[in-house]
Amino acid sequence: MILKPRPDVSLEPALHPGAGSAVSLSSVSKVYGTESGAVHALEDVSIEVGYGEFLCLVGASGCGKSTMLNLIAGLDKPSTGSVEVRGGRPTLIFQESALFPWLTVEQNIELALKLRKIGRADREPVIESLLKMVNLSGFGKKRPHELSGGMRQRVSIARALAQQAEILLMDEPFGALDAMTRDLLHDEVERLWRDTGFSIVFVTHNVREAVRLADRVILLSSRPGRVVAEFPVDIKRPRRVESPEVGTLATEITARLREEVKHHGSSP
Amino acid sequence: MALRPEDQELDEELAALDALEAKAPRARSRARRFWSSLWPKLAAFALVLLGWQVVVWTHWKPSYVLPGPGPAFRSLGHDLASGVIPRAIGVTMERAAIGYGLALLIGSAIGVAVARIPVLRAAIGSLITGLQTMPSIAWFPLAIILFQGGEKAILFVVVIGAAPAIANGLLTGIDQVPPLLTRAGRVLGARGFNAYRYVILPAAFPSFLGGLKQGWAFAWRSLMAGELLVIIAGRQSIGVVLDQARQFNDSAEIIATMIVILFIGIVVDSVVFGVLERRVRSRWGLVDAAAS
Repeated sequence: MILKPRPDVSLEPALHPGAGSAVSLSSVSKVYGTESGAVHALEDVSIEVGYGEFLCLVGASGCGKSTMLNLIAGLDKPSTGSVEVRGGRPTLIFQESALFPWLTVEQNIELALKLRKIGRADREPVIESLLKMVNLSGFGKKRPHELSGGMRQRVSIARALAQQAEILLMDEPFGALDAMTRDLLHDEVERLWRDTGFSIVFVTHNVREAVRLADRVILLSSRPGRVVAEFPVDIKRPRRVESPEVGTLATEITARLREEVKHHGSSP
Repeated sequence: MALRPEDQELDEELAALDALEAKAPRARSRARRFWSSLWPKLAAFALVLLGWQVVVWTHWKPSYVLPGPGPAFRSLGHDLASGVIPRAIGVTMERAAIGYGLALLIGSAIGVAVARIPVLRAAIGSLITGLQTMPSIAWFPLAIILFQGGEKAILFVVVIGAAPAIANGLLTGIDQVPPLLTRAGRVLGARGFNAYRYVILPAAFPSFLGGLKQGWAFAWRSLMAGELLVIIAGRQSIGVVLDQARQFNDSAEIIATMIVILFIGIVVDSVVFGVLERRVRSRWGLVDAAAS
């Protein structure tokens, strides 16, 4: 079985923060370009992601969130500092579904398995169980353009799971979806996380979305990206995005975010 | 996996939303689509024949210089029945296949090499485009001397006519692969050769197909020029049939042969490339469902 169920996964929120770090960023800085035109994307960022933790990163434009995900995914190297990934293989899920348009849904997932050198005979049952996990059984033969945005994102998630990744890095994955679909996908991601015990780093502009999903919300400043504040979310799951507790914390975080943006605007 | 009541509810909600959002399949039948693309072509063909006949009726030129559609098609029928045209098509298409096949291999290799190696791009990137603008017939004097006017002289010009277009199509395709797809490929573990095989080349295919199509047009023109210029004994090609008809002042046969040349060009373009193009467009979702 490719997706090994972890013995320690219960139905309650899986592993809690504090059980060690799946990902550690220590004093990470990232500078693009040379001295004259240098862009400081990240400056002295230290973040720990616990095993099985659902972490949300919130920040205005230019807070270096995509840079951070690229660093964790190993697509890029930090200028200074270190990135350590211990909690399994990381994978990225992009804002637009990055499915390959020339392949069917099944073939997209199969490619992830093929690149892991899984034999042809073993692929089919895995593909089927992954499609089932994201509630898309029966859509395997469709092409990406025949699906809605929300369905495409769920295929992306299935494809990411096919990599046997245990750390999901999600870069505003639901930013382009309508509210109704987004709401359902929140439930779906939460369930997936609960059932698998993955660690998730979820980047979003949407503070309510962050509070709805996260164990912990980290607020980042812009240009350069720095950690400004950290908000543990102690609201009982399952949560609703429209519930008053979520609203209260979201209001608090938004106020802090606006302060940060204003501060940035007034500084030279 | 957990099956709690709220999970079941979520499954149902998702399935319902999916059903609402999934696109309805296209309803028009294959036969109707075929007919709707065929009849305008037939109508245009009939109009051209009519115009031609009208010009002949005006006696602008004597009928032995410009025969009407009737004598031309009678001549075509005669050459088809006698086996002259079928044999000539065999010889010509064999050359076309070999020349185009070579151009495909060479053009693709050059395209990938130029895309991958920056120095090579700086060195010959613009040369490839330049070669495309060079009329291939201008290569013949050199090719005839180099290859003593043999079969190879024709092949040489066919390849040099078609390969730049194919290389350019592939190069453009590779350059225009969306960075998102390349990144997604890297995340999935497709690096180096695998990145090309599974991500970059398939993503470049629509543009490559454009290059292949253009390459065919160049190859076909070069081949016809070559067959008129380089006559090889015992090789009765379409070009030779055309040239002989000219020597006998047989206008009807000249036009009949030209019809054959036009027909082959159209068939390859619309059947081979047209089918490939339509398939790519519908797979990628580039067709408007209402229009196709």
